[in-house]
Amino acid sequence: MKIELTVNGEQREADVWEGESLLFALREKLGLPGSKNACEQGECGSCSVLLDGTLVCACLVLAAQADGHDVVTVEGLGATGEPHPVQEAFVEAGAVQCGFCTPGLVVATVDLLAHSPQPSEDEIREALSGNLCRCTGYAKIFDAVRLAAQ
Amino acid sequence: MLHAAVVRSPHAHARVRALDLSRAREAPGVRAVLAPGDCDALDETAEFEGRAVVAVAAETFGQARAAAELVEVEWEELEPLLDPEEAVRRGSLVGEPRRYERGGYERGLAEADAVVEAEYRTQTLNHNPLETHQCVCEWRGDGLDVYISTQYIWGVRDDVAAAFGLPPDKVRVICEYMGGGFGAKNGAGGYVTLAAELARRSGRPVRLALTRREENVGGGNRNATIQRVTAAAKADGTLTALGGEFICSLGWGGWLASTAGPMQLLHACENVRTVEYGAKLNLPAMAAFRAPGFVEGTWALECLLDKLAAELGLDPLELRRRNYANVDTMDGRPYSAKELLECYRRAEPHWERRHEVRARSDATWKRGVGLASQIWYGGGGPPSYAWVRVGSDGRANVVTAMQDIGTGTRTAMAQIAAEELGIRLERVQVQVGDSSRGPFASISGGSSTLPSMGPAVRAAAADAARQILEIAEQRFEREDGTLSLRGGEIVSPDGTTWPLEEITGLLEDGQILGKGARGPNPAGMRVLTFGVQVAEVAVDVETGEVVVERIYAVHDVGRVINPLGARSQIEGGIIQAMGHTFSEARLDDPHRGTVLTKTLDAYKLPTIADVPEIVCELIDKPDAQLTNLGSKGLGEPPIIPTAAAIANAIRDATGADVTSLPITREEILAALREARERERVGAPSA
Ligand code: FES
Ligand code: FES
Repeated sequence: MKIELTVNGEQREADVWEGESLLFALREKLGLPGSKNACEQGECGSCSVLLDGTLVCACLVLAAQADGHDVVTVEGLGATGEPHPVQEAFVEAGAVQCGFCTPGLVVATVDLLAHSPQPSEDEIREALSGNLCRCTGYAKIFDAVRLAAQ
Repeated sequence: MLHAAVVRSPHAHARVRALDLSRAREAPGVRAVLAPGDCDALDETAEFEGRAVVAVAAETFGQARAAAELVEVEWEELEPLLDPEEAVRRGSLVGEPRRYERGGYERGLAEADAVVEAEYRTQTLNHNPLETHQCVCEWRGDGLDVYISTQYIWGVRDDVAAAFGLPPDKVRVICEYMGGGFGAKNGAGGYVTLAAELARRSGRPVRLALTRREENVGGGNRNATIQRVTAAAKADGTLTALGGEFICSLGWGGWLASTAGPMQLLHACENVRTVEYGAKLNLPAMAAFRAPGFVEGTWALECLLDKLAAELGLDPLELRRRNYANVDTMDGRPYSAKELLECYRRAEPHWERRHEVRARSDATWKRGVGLASQIWYGGGGPPSYAWVRVGSDGRANVVTAMQDIGTGTRTAMAQIAAEELGIRLERVQVQVGDSSRGPFASISGGSSTLPSMGPAVRAAAADAARQILEIAEQRFEREDGTLSLRGGEIVSPDGTTWPLEEITGLLEDGQILGKGARGPNPAGMRVLTFGVQVAEVAVDVETGEVVVERIYAVHDVGRVINPLGARSQIEGGIIQAMGHTFSEARLDDPHRGTVLTKTLDAYKLPTIADVPEIVCELIDKPDAQLTNLGSKGLGEPPIIPTAAAIANAIRDATGADVTSLPITREEILAALREARERERVGAPSA
């Protein structure tokens, strides 16, 4: 089936199979590999995107459900040479090792700060506990969120 | 590009009775199907769950998956061997048992004033890098390009070349970035062979990516262990004997990592006897996992030492100090450098907090502090090579065919080259990740990347610097060897400076080409890394919940190149260790031998909600004997002592002895009951 959706402010079309996830459509059909696939069942947060402004796991949303909706992926947050303040904070804090979890964490942090510009430590723990990172130990991710909140 | 899917054995031990591929071959989009006999990576007999039987390549991943489901396999199930003790009894082993003895173990026991024994167990753990194993294979004429997530592009090159009978340089391996490995991605593995063979037959590039479920079965694992260990000491704490029997459940293959290593190396003790068995079972084979063997062995040894300290009425830190090794415990070689005593000194104030921490206990929440020491390799070694190219703009390009697995290797190499050339970091570019675009570089494993590669890069940069200075000395008519590079300038001892570009600008299209090789490690010396961690915990004695409140870590890895990255390694190691300690475990069906924890909701990785306060320190003293850099690796040391430090803190808080990982609430409650029982029996009845 054909779907039409807004991705990062652009009108896009894709031909998808009914059972295909939004994550698959973004990565394989729309040429946006920023959202990562680490589990395909809502357990890791690597595929976090904003759907009509709501943080979702793109692997749990059918591409068909996104028809007519607005999607923002990590590619839509900043551009090369012009990173989003949250991306800058991640770089500054050294909150990245392999970087596989980073796009999801950046999107989740953008969402957190949109709702709570000065999050408490517990809020950070709560908001980002759905984003797994196997490398960093998360300590620098706290630093990055605090930095971005400034 | 085609996508591949693999049909795997759902049984731990089975044989294919009949195989029908006809429907799969005709399925939409299918371009190639491989069956046993077509490729060495496929087999009709499965000795472990997840053994590949058939592989399919199709236009889309969905089509490949659908075709794989149309493959009809009739299995004959066979009895799996799953019990490691039974495997040892039957002699089902990977390799020979490994025996080690020094001094006279029995004599050591006889001389002792106190002897403690215990059995410790550790669970099977999965690496679960966020990016699963994956590759794209594409044939170009008679050569093969492999894009892959790997820790060792040269290892992949050699493995794949051997599998296809190609001269190694016909295989080009590319890994620009990758999503974590932790030891699971040290070589090619059967999945790459499948992708390459599917690509060969279809004449198309083929992508093969393991799903998370496949990863949790066949992605490699840290093998489970059973460790029966003994420690004996004089009343003053001097160790007189250490011994252990170590049974490692390796699965169907892998290798026997040194679980006895910490016992042999960490503390001074003249009489040591160990035997290690690698039980061969119908389970997926182990793979190196961040300090393999030493993580498991240190857990048992350092818990046992605290038990001994309690028996002797000695302070655990003091007990470790009294058994400090001044020379290598195995062969008497001097250490190239050892700052473990300094680690103990720096850990002291954190250890001293225990009085105050304990005092914060109440009726339900008991608090305590524990510590554990760490020893590991991490000195790296030759061969490794690097090239440094300086152009007329005075910028440097470091070229070496290593991979950055996420530890910040690129940055560290740029820092090293920048320092040697006296230029700003931004003026150095590092090119890695392509076996046909750079010289051989070491594996990113064994904490060896920085200590192996760093010296090669430094030597290459020094070679380039020397050439620049020779030109400058001629041009400015200075004596040989008098000029140096600093702050982007050429500096003379009399204070005269010239911008670097004044010389490099003369090059026009010419380039300065420096090359460097990793030299040998110091002869006759033992190169090791050391550290201490101190954990503070709170234990709810009613529910068995444990909260780790604080971890202090101090590690000695020689000179630190990138302090931010180094701290991130320590924090990452500690959190991974906390997963090992509390939440992670691969659970297998005890009768069928199939993996029950295939997804990330069943196999629980730590999240940001689990992070305690972590305070890390690095001794940061260059190892003067080791290479032109004085740095050792830090990837593995931080994961080694954490579990024991936590268990020792639990014992400090509650008197409970936990002996198996992961430490579940059930385990805590059982240990608390035992502790109470001991007290009741031990206490004189009124
Ligand atoms: S890939 Fe979507 S949550 Fe893991
Ligand atoms: S940086 Fe590797 S998973 Fe987070």
